Amino acid sequence: MTIIKKIILPALLLIASQAQAVEYNQVQTNQSALTFAYKQMGVAMDGKFNKFSAQISFDPARLANAQARIDVSLASIDTGSADADEEVAGKLWFNAKTYPLASFVSSGVKQLAGNRYQATGKLSIKGKTLDIVAPVTFQSDGLKGLFDGSFNIKRTAFGIGTGEWADLGTVADDIQIMFHLVVIASPASSSSTQPARKKP
Amino acid sequence: MIIETEGLFKMSARYTTTAIVLHWLMALLIVVVFPLGLYMHDLKLSPLKLQLYSYHKWIGITLLLLAVLRVLWRSTHTPPPLPVTMARWQKRAGSAVHLLLYVLLLLVPLSGWLMSSAKGVQTVWFGLLPLPDLVGRDKALGNLLGSVHESLNYLLLLLVLVHILAALKHRYVDRDEVMNCMLPGKSLKGNRS
Repeated sequence: MTIIKKIILPALLLIASQAQAVEYNQVQTNQSALTFAYKQMGVAMDGKFNKFSAQISFDPARLANAQARIDVSLASIDTGSADADEEVAGKLWFNAKTYPLASFVSSGVKQLAGNRYQATGKLSIKGKTLDIVAPVTFQSDGLKGLFDGSFNIKRTAFGIGTGEWADLGTVADDIQIMFHLVVIASPASSSSTQPARKKP
Repeated sequence: MIIETEGLFKMSARYTTTAIVLHWLMALLIVVVFPLGLYMHDLKLSPLKLQLYSYHKWIGITLLLLAVLRVLWRSTHTPPPLPVTMARWQKRAGSAVHLLLYVLLLLVPLSGWLMSSAKGVQTVWFGLLPLPDLVGRDKALGNLLGSVHESLNYLLLLLVLVHILAALKHRYVDRDEVMNCMLPGKSLKGNRS
């Protein structure tokens, strides 16, 4: 009996907890998308970023441990016009040579209702860091998890589009950022006994 | 002497006020929008360039609307008869140029609208009324429509020059009433300065 109590039972519990805990943590960037929308002379425009990397660990059963970090290569912007891509990478906009990345680092995730969550975190662009709150929906299809969400930023808050572009009548201040992330779950790394290894 | 008429409707010595207003309003807008198109195209990307593109599109769509009204008006109102002294080939040439002008007045703004859609920028008339994108986003199509828009514009420029020269010839060489039919002002006969 002691053997059962001391070894087998904990082992069974461990296995059970491992089976329950499903952590979505392998971002499939080639299936994911990072897009944006804004208004220019009253016209709804949109574009996307072609290069970004993301580290996500999300277990719906353990939201306190949820983490996300997304780094976006600003020079990879695709506005639909080569002239505009070049301009936006330039000093007045992103100044991508000095600040090549925009980064989002999560600080917390809470459940709103059902599959709707709210992520908070810090967004850094062009040397400025601001708090943002983004509603996120999470849908899982077995081991495949889909995160969809969007949030708005004011471009002037980050100093994006200064000088002659500061006039908000041409390119509006509000920029909507939308993300669609495909993240595969890896059951092996979601042990409840071993703390997750943190990157140095 | 035979007076030729183009129909059985009431003959008028000059174009109707509506036709005259449409003609000169469109002429004025074309004088603005054509050089604007040439100028803005080569500008470096700037807020001014984006503004000028929008103004160009707004004027262009206004011209398209006026052209549609004009074609409708022209198809329901008989223009003044041409002088009997005019040679038949001149009358035919005049009709052909007018027909082509009407076609281009429709096609030039239409090609611009389609180009804008293909290039992924919806046309929003005066920043208020979004026009539907009749073609989807397609870079190659956008470039092709850009060339079409440009070529049609040069053809329009050529025809407008022919049109102006012919009108001036009527006034100063033939000394007939053809040009006066489209001029705003008082009645025609015996009122020449």
